[in-house]
Order: sequence, then structure tokens, then C-alpha cells
Amino acid sequence: MKAALIRCLTLSSIAVQAASLSAPLEDIRAVNREGSGNEKATRAWQQLTQADPTTLPEVLAGMNGANPLAENWLRAAVGVIADQAILSKKLPIESVQAFLADTKNSPAPRVVAFDLIQRAQPELAEKITPSLLEDPSSELRRHPVAKLLQAGDEELAQGRKDEATNAYLKAMNSARDEDQIKDLAKKLKDLGKPVDLPKHFGFLMDWKLIAPFTNVERQGFDTEFPPEKEIKLDASYPGKNAEAKWIDFTSKDEYGQIDFNKPFTMLKEVTGYAYTEFDSVEARDAQIRLGCKDGWKVWLNGELLFARDEYHRGAKLDQYKLPVNLKKGKNSILVKCCQNEQTESWTVEWQFQLRVCDDTGTAILAKK
Amino acid sequence: MKPAPLLLSSLILLPSALLSAADWPQFRGPNASAISTETKAPGPKLATAWSIDLPGRGLSSPIVVGDKVFITCSSGPDQANLHVFCFSASDGKKLWERVMKATGRTMAHNKTSVAAPTPCSDGKRVFALYSSNDLFAFDLDGNLLWLRGLTYDYSNASNSLGMSSSPVVLDETLVVQSENDSESIAVGIDVVTGKNRWKKERPKAANWTSAVVYQNVVALQSSKGLTGVNPKTGEIEWDYTDGAGTIPSSAVTQNAIYVPSNGLTALAPERGAASQLWRAAGLKPGTGSPLVIGDSIYVLNGTGVLIKASIANGDEAWKLRLKGPLSGSPVAVGHYIYIVSERGDFQVIDTTAKEGEVIHTIELKDTLLCTPAISNGAVFVRSDKKLWKLQ
Repeated sequence: MKAALIRCLTLSSIAVQAASLSAPLEDIRAVNREGSGNEKATRAWQQLTQADPTTLPEVLAGMNGANPLAENWLRAAVGVIADQAILSKKLPIESVQAFLADTKNSPAPRVVAFDLIQRAQPELAEKITPSLLEDPSSELRRHPVAKLLQAGDEELAQGRKDEATNAYLKAMNSARDEDQIKDLAKKLKDLGKPVDLPKHFGFLMDWKLIAPFTNVERQGFDTEFPPEKEIKLDASYPGKNAEAKWIDFTSKDEYGQIDFNKPFTMLKEVTGYAYTEFDSVEARDAQIRLGCKDGWKVWLNGELLFARDEYHRGAKLDQYKLPVNLKKGKNSILVKCCQNEQTESWTVEWQFQLRVCDDTGTAILAKK
Repeated sequence: MKPAPLLLSSLILLPSALLSAADWPQFRGPNASAISTETKAPGPKLATAWSIDLPGRGLSSPIVVGDKVFITCSSGPDQANLHVFCFSASDGKKLWERVMKATGRTMAHNKTSVAAPTPCSDGKRVFALYSSNDLFAFDLDGNLLWLRGLTYDYSNASNSLGMSSSPVVLDETLVVQSENDSESIAVGIDVVTGKNRWKKERPKAANWTSAVVYQNVVALQSSKGLTGVNPKTGEIEWDYTDGAGTIPSSAVTQNAIYVPSNGLTALAPERGAASQLWRAAGLKPGTGSPLVIGDSIYVLNGTGVLIKASIANGDEAWKLRLKGPLSGSPVAVGHYIYIVSERGDFQVIDTTAKEGEVIHTIELKDTLLCTPAISNGAVFVRSDKKLWKLQ
């Protein structure tokens, strides 16, 4: 009787099996902004974390296509299940590896899957790493790129420049993160193989610029100057203390900075616009990624994508990632860039960098 | 001379019945006063009891509830991996860890990091906030209770230099400031559901200060001044509008708030008014926030000089140069002040010495930007790489 009871309790406590996970997964995937769905998710999370380790691939699959909030709920649940599984040596390593190998799964849970393998069997993770060089996840690519960087460094230390160059070139082809790209570009330049960084990143280098419109008291940010109403590249308009007309501008900067100070001089309290057209080979999802420390707005095909009125707090590559739908053929891109009144030396920049890429950061190049 | 913790505990009320006097539940401890209320105070001659390697960056303070130390850090190339750790305060053993992903922007000045705000606790839950505006609520055993992505909710609520305002919890409400040049807000969040009780627009200006709790009112500081809000409703109880610092936060006792404003300004707020007691232009805090011990206020100015002054009128008593540079805030128990320098010097100051005196220094040989935590006879400090217990 006692044995039967224990067996019964054991059976019921082991495992909330796969069939019963769909409801809690659904509750967690339903969470959204401002805490919506939190109460149900709290209960669902408790249920999920009681699940048997064999259900880990299903919980990981629950992250596929989930919003970032739901991803975090599930990431935490996977962590709890995996902690116990690793401790009791019950991590279903083969099915987790199969989940990682299936690139139809979303990048986020595949990264989690790789982390689990690294924790449970580091030697297996090491073995898998080279296969991730062309992975759809830029986060997973970091590992093999780092290996190639290391291999190149070792070749170079032995004086084998050709082998080092080959390792670096192979790494560069797959690198998507700025820190690795910068490192590789410098090494390759030193070896006489300079990298076309604008092409690698997908920076848009050729623009039409118009300025100066006013931004006194930062009012220009919300003022609709003529370029927001019409794109007439042969037109001129009354500007701030000068006539504003479109000029051609091609960036020579390897990180694609479009610098209004160059043609218009270092003005303050002014607004400028940049316009370009991106000829897309196909209709597709993409991202416009922007770095800018001035107030800015961006439109794609006349639709406002985002606006931000922060000034001189810093800029970096891919500071803002804006998901877009490119149409086949010509896509118009308009950027508004507002310089403010500050006079400190670190407030001189009146510029932006913009690239078109996919959601892993791989450049999408315009049709020639 | 022994510390006088009972005197201090009479000045500070614990924000939750679930917390004990030995707990250090938020940035600068109980009520954000920077004063420990415990009876088992650490002495001056501290040494390392244990240290633990951390996998990521952070300048948030550790917090302590019972025998559990909670700490946050951020790792990865963009610091997008957000860690929450729970360690045993006794021996440093890891009790649990959760790793989440930033849903908001992780850009920050290199000197700070994504794990800049200090977590807080109401004794039942731990609330971990990051510069990316990601907010996680766990119970003390690491069960996820709810989460928010405040930049996911309010897409322009971010600061490209990074944010550092630490949350406070009072009346079942977590008060979070996300104050910046663009979409500047404060929200009061129900600790049970994670949903907003209220949301207020705040001055459109970058702000790195943290709220303090004064007579059951949460005092929100900004460049415009100091605003007392009812934690449950967000209603303004009183408003001081003569400007204030955006880096050092205020000091608080049961009877007054000392706000970094035009030097230092002492206020005695009550419903509808924030009357000024005195102002001292020479008591301008640098990065660290002031604190009050007994009838004296201690201000760390921008040149690394600790100034003792009277809380009655702001008159200065003595000045003491510390080993700097200093980014963290001082904390105290009894008559000892603890502070760390950026170069890793943990300094113990005897405030009863005639001109104040640094009576003990530990060289931790690392960059330390944090504010220490005091609990159960020990002091906890952290760097980008390590967490130490000093006892």
C-alpha cells in the first residue's frame, strides 16, 4: 500500500507531461504590454517549472515567435527546469541539440538551447561551435567567429600570414557584431586586405541633404518643414538665416556617418533633412538601423517609423532598430536631424548613420 | 566607543513589517536613508569574509533580506544578458540565479552599466530593475512572479547614457523612475500583479537620482526639485520646485529631507507644502548622496572631501579628505561611515574623531563604483567582477 502510494505520488510529481503544457505555454505567450496577462502567466510559470526535463524542447519551442516579454517568462522557466535537470544529470541533451540544429526555430530559444549544452556538456558545445558559422542567429555566430579569430592570431604568431588572413577573412564573412568586425577589419587591414565596411554593414552612403531650418528652443523637432510635405529635389525654401536647398552628399566615412556639419558648417539650433532611395531586389521584411545623438525622425515611403528628441547623450552603431517592410523597387527614406543649442565640445555632432539589414544584422544591399 | 544603533533605529521606520532591522532592502538601505538600523553592527576593523566572482558588469548595490544577498549584473557584448543572483549571506553559496534578456535599449556610458539600478525588496519579493527598463519580480526563492519591459511599453523611455534610478517599494507599490530627455515617466506598480497603479509624466530631463521615503511619501527628485507622491495613488502630496541635482539623491530622517539643491537645502515637507528649514551653498554633494547620523549631516563633495555639518542649520564642523575618486554613496551604522573609492579603497571613517578620521582601509584592488550594503554585522560591496562580504 505504502509502496503504491509512493509510486503514485512519484508519478504525479515527476512530470507535467507534454500534453498538459499547451495551456500554460499559451497563457505565457499571451502576456503583453503594461503587465497584461501577468496574473495568468504567474500561475502558468509555476506549472511549467514543475515539468519533467524531457519537456524542455517543447518549452523552448514555446518561445518561437513569442514577444520579448513572453520570451523572458519562458527563458526563466527553462532555466529552472534545466537547473534541476543538470543537477540530476537528466538534461535531454539529444533533443536539446536537435532543437538547436533546427534553424526553423527562432534564434532566441536556439541561443538558450546552446547555453544549456554549454552548461551540461561543454565539450559537445565546443564540437558544435564550428557548425554555427553561418547561423541565422548573430549571437550564435559569435562563438565560431571568436574561434576563427583565435586561430588567425595563432597562425600570425607563427608567422603564417596567409593562413591567418584566410582565417580572418572567413571570420569576417560571418561576423555580425561590431566588436568582432572592428577587430577583424583592423587585423585584415594590417595584413593588406582592407575590408569594405560600408558594404559589410549595409550603410547608405549617398544622400541628398537640405538645411538649415530652425530648431530654436528645440521647436524644429515638431515643426513640419517643407521636406516633410514634399520631396522636390530642385526646390529651395527660406531657412534659418539662409536659403535651404538640396545638395548631393556622399559619405566617405567607413562607418557611414552622414555629417551635416561638413556641407553646412557647425551650426547650432538647426534642422536638416537627408533623403535617399533604396532600390530593393524584392519585397521583404528588413530593419532600418540608425545611430544618432541628435533629435531625429525617420520615414520610409512616407510613413513615420520613429521619432526621438534626445540630444547628445551618445550614439552608437545600431542604436535604434526599426523593423520595416521594404517593397520591391524604389523605397524612399527621409531622415530629419535636429541640432540643439548646447555649446559644449561634445555637442558638435550633427550627424547620423543608417543601414539596411535583416534582423540578424546581415546587410541588405540595394540593387545596382 | 561602541556604535549607538538604538538611537539610529529610533529615527528610521522600516518600510515593511516583513523586513527586519538587519535587512538592507534597497539602495542606501531602509527608507534609502543610508543608515543601518540593526543592533549587530559591523565594527571598524573589517576584513574579507568571502568573495564571489560575478559573470557580468554592474554598479548596483547588493541588497540583503534575512540570510540572502541579492545582486544584479549584465553580461554579453551589449550587456543584454540580465542576471539576478541570490547568495547565502553566511557563506556566499549561490542559492539561485536567473538570466533574462533585455527588451529595452542597453546603450550606456562605459563608466556605468546596464545593471546600475539597485534592486529592492518588501521582504517577500525582490524587484530587479535595469537601465534597459526591464523589471523582474521574484519571490525570495527565485520564482518569477511577474515582469515588465518599460521601454517595450513606452518606447521612448530610455537614456543613451544609461539610467540608474533605483526603485523603492512602499504600501504594496513599487515606484520606478524612468526619467530622461524624451519620454520621462514614473510609475507606481502593484507588487502583486505587476500592473500600473499610476503613471506620471516627469520633467523631460536626464535624471539618475533615486527616490527616498519620507513619512510614507515617496520623494521623487529631478532637475526641477523634489516631489512627494502618495505611493498608492501617485497623487502629489507636496512639491518643492527650486531645482535639484540629477546625480546625488537626498538624505532623509523622520523629520526632514536634505535635498541636493542650491548646495544643500533642508526641507520639512507636509501635505500641501515643503517648507525650507535652511540652505547651505557650500554643502554641495558630488556624485554620492548625503546621509544623517544623529544631529549631523555628512556630505561628500565633488573633490572627495567629506564635510560634517549640523542638521539644525548647516554649519560646518569639519572636513576630511578621502581617498578618491569616489562614485558610490557613503553608508553608516553607529558612528562609522563606510565608503569605497573607484580605485578599490574601502574606507571606514570614525565620525566621532575630532576632525573625522579614516581609521581603517581595505584595498580591494578593483574598480568600485557601488554603494555598500550593511547587514547582520557585515558590509557587502561589489565591482564589475566580484561581490565581497566584509566582516
